[in-house]
Amino acid sequence: MLTHVIRLTARKSRELFRVRLSYQTQRYLFIYIVLGIPLLYFLSTRMLPIFYAFNVSVREWNLLSSEKPFVGFENFSTIFSDEIFSKSILNTFKFVLIGVPGQLIAGLAVALLLQSIYRFRGFFRTIYFIPYVTSIVAVSWVFRWILMRNGWLNEVLLQLGIEPQLFLQSPRQALILVTLTMIWQSIGFQMLVFMTGLEAIPRMYYEAASIDGASGWRKFVHITLPLLNPVIVFSAVIGVISYLQSFGQVLSMTNGGPLNSTTTMVLYIYNLAFQQFKMGRAAAATVVLFAIILVLTLLQLKVLNKKVEY
Amino acid sequence: MQNKKGIKSITTLLAIILVLAGCSSNSSGSSNDKKENAKPSNAATEPTASEKSEPEKEVSIEYWQYEFPAKVELIDELITEFQTLHPNIKVKQTNFPYDQYNQKVATLVPAGKGPDIINLYYGWLPKYVAAGYLQPLPQDSFPTAEIEKDYYPLVEAAKIDGSYYAIPTAVRTLALFYNKDLLDKAQIKELPTTWEQLVEDSIKLTEKDAKGQFVVEGLAWEPGAQLHHWYRDGLLPQAGGQDLSEDRRKILWADTPAGLEAFQYLLDFAIKHKVGINGFYENDSNAFMNGFAALNIDGSFRLGSIKKDFANLNFGVAPLPSYKAQSTPSSFWANAIPKNVEGDKLKAATEFLKFLTSKEVQEKWVDRIGELPAQKAVASQDKYVKDEKLGPFITQLDHSRAHFFIDETQEKTLFVDATNEVLVNHVSVEKAFNDLVAKVQKLYDDYWAEVDKKK
Repeated sequence: MLTHVIRLTARKSRELFRVRLSYQTQRYLFIYIVLGIPLLYFLSTRMLPIFYAFNVSVREWNLLSSEKPFVGFENFSTIFSDEIFSKSILNTFKFVLIGVPGQLIAGLAVALLLQSIYRFRGFFRTIYFIPYVTSIVAVSWVFRWILMRNGWLNEVLLQLGIEPQLFLQSPRQALILVTLTMIWQSIGFQMLVFMTGLEAIPRMYYEAASIDGASGWRKFVHITLPLLNPVIVFSAVIGVISYLQSFGQVLSMTNGGPLNSTTTMVLYIYNLAFQQFKMGRAAAATVVLFAIILVLTLLQLKVLNKKVEY
Repeated sequence: MQNKKGIKSITTLLAIILVLAGCSSNSSGSSNDKKENAKPSNAATEPTASEKSEPEKEVSIEYWQYEFPAKVELIDELITEFQTLHPNIKVKQTNFPYDQYNQKVATLVPAGKGPDIINLYYGWLPKYVAAGYLQPLPQDSFPTAEIEKDYYPLVEAAKIDGSYYAIPTAVRTLALFYNKDLLDKAQIKELPTTWEQLVEDSIKLTEKDAKGQFVVEGLAWEPGAQLHHWYRDGLLPQAGGQDLSEDRRKILWADTPAGLEAFQYLLDFAIKHKVGINGFYENDSNAFMNGFAALNIDGSFRLGSIKKDFANLNFGVAPLPSYKAQSTPSSFWANAIPKNVEGDKLKAATEFLKFLTSKEVQEKWVDRIGELPAQKAVASQDKYVKDEKLGPFITQLDHSRAHFFIDETQEKTLFVDATNEVLVNHVSVEKAFNDLVAKVQKLYDDYWAEVDKKK
């Protein structure tokens, strides 16, 4: 999309310098200028800091000091020799691998269920959407209390005669529980995206399939899924990016513990930058995260974005 | 094809421009000082400023501390009082939430919005000093010899490279909080004064249900709260061990058997005696204040919150049990002056700092906040020593310690991790202890390497 705009701009600007402006050109010029204003904003608030982070990543900068000596790739070698950083990368991938499929499946399931009812659809849609607009910290704390050592869930387990669990205090369970919280909170958003996608699939395909005697499952596999592909690609890309940036729930629920089992890259960056004031190293970790997001996104667009003919 | 090339060159150009822009804004760091001195907005917020006809030039300074309602309120009153005493100095208070304090300070300072006096936790001082952010307190107003004569020795944690960088109004110590009702119920008449008695009593006080789950903890056990301090400044020296070498470079926990003995003692409450566990009612103070923990090791700062939110709690305070020697963990928040404060502002800041450390303010601080006076002469007055709640905290001040921190958060995290290795991963106490010592030592080595590099 962006490259398309840039390409058009480049072409237009070449035309601009060649001849006087025709009415058509003037019109386009106006449109592009209007389109360019948010682009400028984007450049100054998003792109500029990114490049600035590249710059900081090769400097040693204590946030409180005004000196920022150039140190080359020292920051990178330091963070890569830090086992917590490697662990945070691994954890981040776990968040993505559990979170994204979980969110897509849960969101799709809810969307399909909602699509097959007519009464109370708006009501349920609202109910499912509420967690998405609830504050992350509030949700995290509610789950913390549910999952507390002598909390509600352990109470239930005891009643059922099951050993109480450590939950958030267990290095094995904490990450999954935090991910589940994140999935639970994003179901509403995912559901809405899928519902819009489902609405766009023409009814006649299903009718035709029914006439041919296709079962519900086959209709789902051969009509719904392929035609939802653009929506799935969009959701997967957005989902991967957002799970790669897992932070709020982690900070509020476990603060990276126990034993760094839930430390994510963003939490690691946050701790370096704002707890230890080591901006250079934090920026280096940011650059690594940036690279990972970039590569994964490009890969996904390549792999998932197959054209569907119908 | 040509099109693509064009885009490529445009984006490269853009990238270069952006990087350059990034670099240039880099060098503007020194403009902080100028902005700092200009600060026109303060005068406007003080309507009385222009009414005073002082011959001398008016100075306005800014005071930063974290958001603790009682402290904010008291400082506001103190500012009014101070301004009547010094009509040509205006003080403005700014607050940030505790959780975000470091973060806010760290982001606002490079943006050129700095304080003239800043309230910092003593454990953060090395980090701030290493960054070159603070200046030593002016010697003529705060002579080192006098500080060491008047203040409790724990304040020495604010002495870095031979100079004091901060001075507190008040300090805190830890003590043993006990729930009187629960002690009566368990028929415990005498308070524990030794390590053994503490174990015995907490076993007696522990209550579990039929399924073996805690109903009441004998001793609340939360490594992420005060236990880290209890270990380093309480148990370790009590067992005859030492925390740090004289030059603050080497962790000495493992140099004597005392280190492991103290660590084992601390962990045994959870793994052997099973009288308390982390995460019970979220944390130790919650469990204690709600009556689900009979004993808890907590700070004098808790008095205020109990008074406010749990007024009906029937509790008492006793000095910490001891072993071969007495030792009590202590800590403090101290006021420091940033490096870029100079001239009239420095004079004004020094004046305000003198006021904040005066006897009157220290006394107000005890009454209103519940933190203990930092000066011996003020704290040792009968009215405080004989107070049922304050007394035990104050009598412990003489043998109190506040260990030096490289990085409070990281050191605490390492300690919590070590306890988790034992609790969750079933690593042996000895191995967890040795790993802990090695990891903390690594933290110190990195810190000193950085400091040495700057010299």
